[in-house]
Amino acid sequence: MMAGVGGGNDFQWCFSQVKGAIDEDVAEADIISTVEFNCSGELLATGDKGGRVVIFQREQESKNRLLSRGEYNVYSTFQSHEPEFDYLKSLEIEEKINKIRWLPQQNAAHFLLSANDKTIKLWKISERDKRAEGYNLKDEDGRLRDQFRITTLRVPVLMPMDLMVEASPRRIFANAHTYHINSISVNSDYETYLSADDLRINLWHLEITDRSFNIVDIKPANMEELTEVITAAECHPHQCNVFVYSSSKGTIRLCDMRAAALCDRHSKFFEEPEDPSSRSFFSEIISSISDVKFSHSGRYMMTRDYLSVKVWDLNMENRPVETYQVHEYLRSKLCSLYENDCIFDKFECCWNGSDSAIMTGSYNNFFRMFDRNTRRDITLEASRENSKPRAMLKPRKVCTGGKRKKDEISVDSLDFNKKILHTAWHPKENVIAVAATNNLYIFQDKIN
Amino acid sequence: MSGEVEASTEEQQEIQDTVVSPEKTEEAKLKARYPHLGTKPGGSDLLRKRLQKGQKYFDSGDYNMAKAKMKNKQLPTAAAEKTEITGDHIPTPQDLPQRKQSLVASKLAV
Repeated sequence: MMAGVGGGNDFQWCFSQVKGAIDEDVAEADIISTVEFNCSGELLATGDKGGRVVIFQREQESKNRLLSRGEYNVYSTFQSHEPEFDYLKSLEIEEKINKIRWLPQQNAAHFLLSANDKTIKLWKISERDKRAEGYNLKDEDGRLRDQFRITTLRVPVLMPMDLMVEASPRRIFANAHTYHINSISVNSDYETYLSADDLRINLWHLEITDRSFNIVDIKPANMEELTEVITAAECHPHQCNVFVYSSSKGTIRLCDMRAAALCDRHSKFFEEPEDPSSRSFFSEIISSISDVKFSHSGRYMMTRDYLSVKVWDLNMENRPVETYQVHEYLRSKLCSLYENDCIFDKFECCWNGSDSAIMTGSYNNFFRMFDRNTRRDITLEASRENSKPRAMLKPRKVCTGGKRKKDEISVDSLDFNKKILHTAWHPKENVIAVAATNNLYIFQDKIN
Repeated sequence: MSGEVEASTEEQQEIQDTVVSPEKTEEAKLKARYPHLGTKPGGSDLLRKRLQKGQKYFDSGDYNMAKAKMKNKQLPTAAAEKTEITGDHIPTPQDLPQRKQSLVASKLAV
């Protein structure tokens, strides 16, 4: 089934679940900072500002629940990162999880990478549903048996036990980033991954923690000459030698690791030409790319800047092939958005499984979806008011001026504290996860 | 960083453009409120601020005092701390912004 966007007869998004506390007073630690489905979509991970990871697992579809797909329930939760103090610089290192990326599943256990500003950790999440009983040398409660009392040999037997899900840190990749990590990306070779901070990108081997290769370094010799920083980076989904990184100036560089050990010189440079007469103080700030994502096909990539989402064909560097306006009405509010720092908000974007639709967040707990084939777009809201099971989501509209129609909301009434920065789309189905501050919403399409 | 000192011809162009471009109108508003914006030389303040993100403490002692303050609300209060600050740059724990301890379970996992 092709993923539609909404509206009309083909497709409707419905509420499925919401996770998190309802109370108005949001603790900063509870603010969700990353959301990611695993490669099969069976697991959904969230990271928060408190350094915690919560993993949800989709329940098996049972015959009883014909009207909806399986729900996501808590599978495992653990403290991934803790606050640290850099004694040399007298700086606090936040425990906030910036990114989670799943490794492809290769055995019964699941592995994910989680990163805060400075350190990346490889976590193994495994199930234990059997326990050995009948040890020779130990009692059932673990105490050692008196040796002289042991007169026969017995072989321990595996007995079933209540399912226990354990998370253990298997690798800690530390001390490789002077600046703040903004991205991690697992390579298609399943052996390496990259991590990017404001000025450098490093390549790691998943097995090796005591060294990493620096593959991009844009730090100028004189910091006074600093003009741009790295904002996001990603490995190509199929070509293990290719990766891209975006900048605060709205450019994207594609690099080939076969060309050189240090990829300071790009293979391709993507930038949309700007009309110099329309340049303003805000131009560079709003052109800063907050997220870059390859399509599943590997043929396109998508970038998110403050007001729009752009789809680029990797074969064409001089302009994007598609541009979608997310909230163009904010262009006449840039002054106040600069003053309240909202202009620096980093929105993410994502593709659906077939690359036919893209999604990104906005303010007032609105999020937007664009259908690349029909060119239709829709604005939906993540709100507790519309959270009855399987309730259909009604499209929302922002009124930009003049008469406000019923059900429309005016630009000045938008709540800029309710920002949807992180969204994720199930790799195969029309199920989406939307993080609204401290709440996680799961929506799915209506099953007819 | 965009926002260099504007020549007068550019200012005139700007006035003409405000009708056409909402962005330029917003820029004019901002410049009216903050006339010195973008006039400082050398590198981008915004970028530099971004690179230095992070709560900075005077030293590890301050950091540990701040953490201890969260755990134990009743610090032995030295009276009139503010008047006893020994220098402009040495903060007291009370001056430091609050940081909550976060080693509790996530509410998503309920």
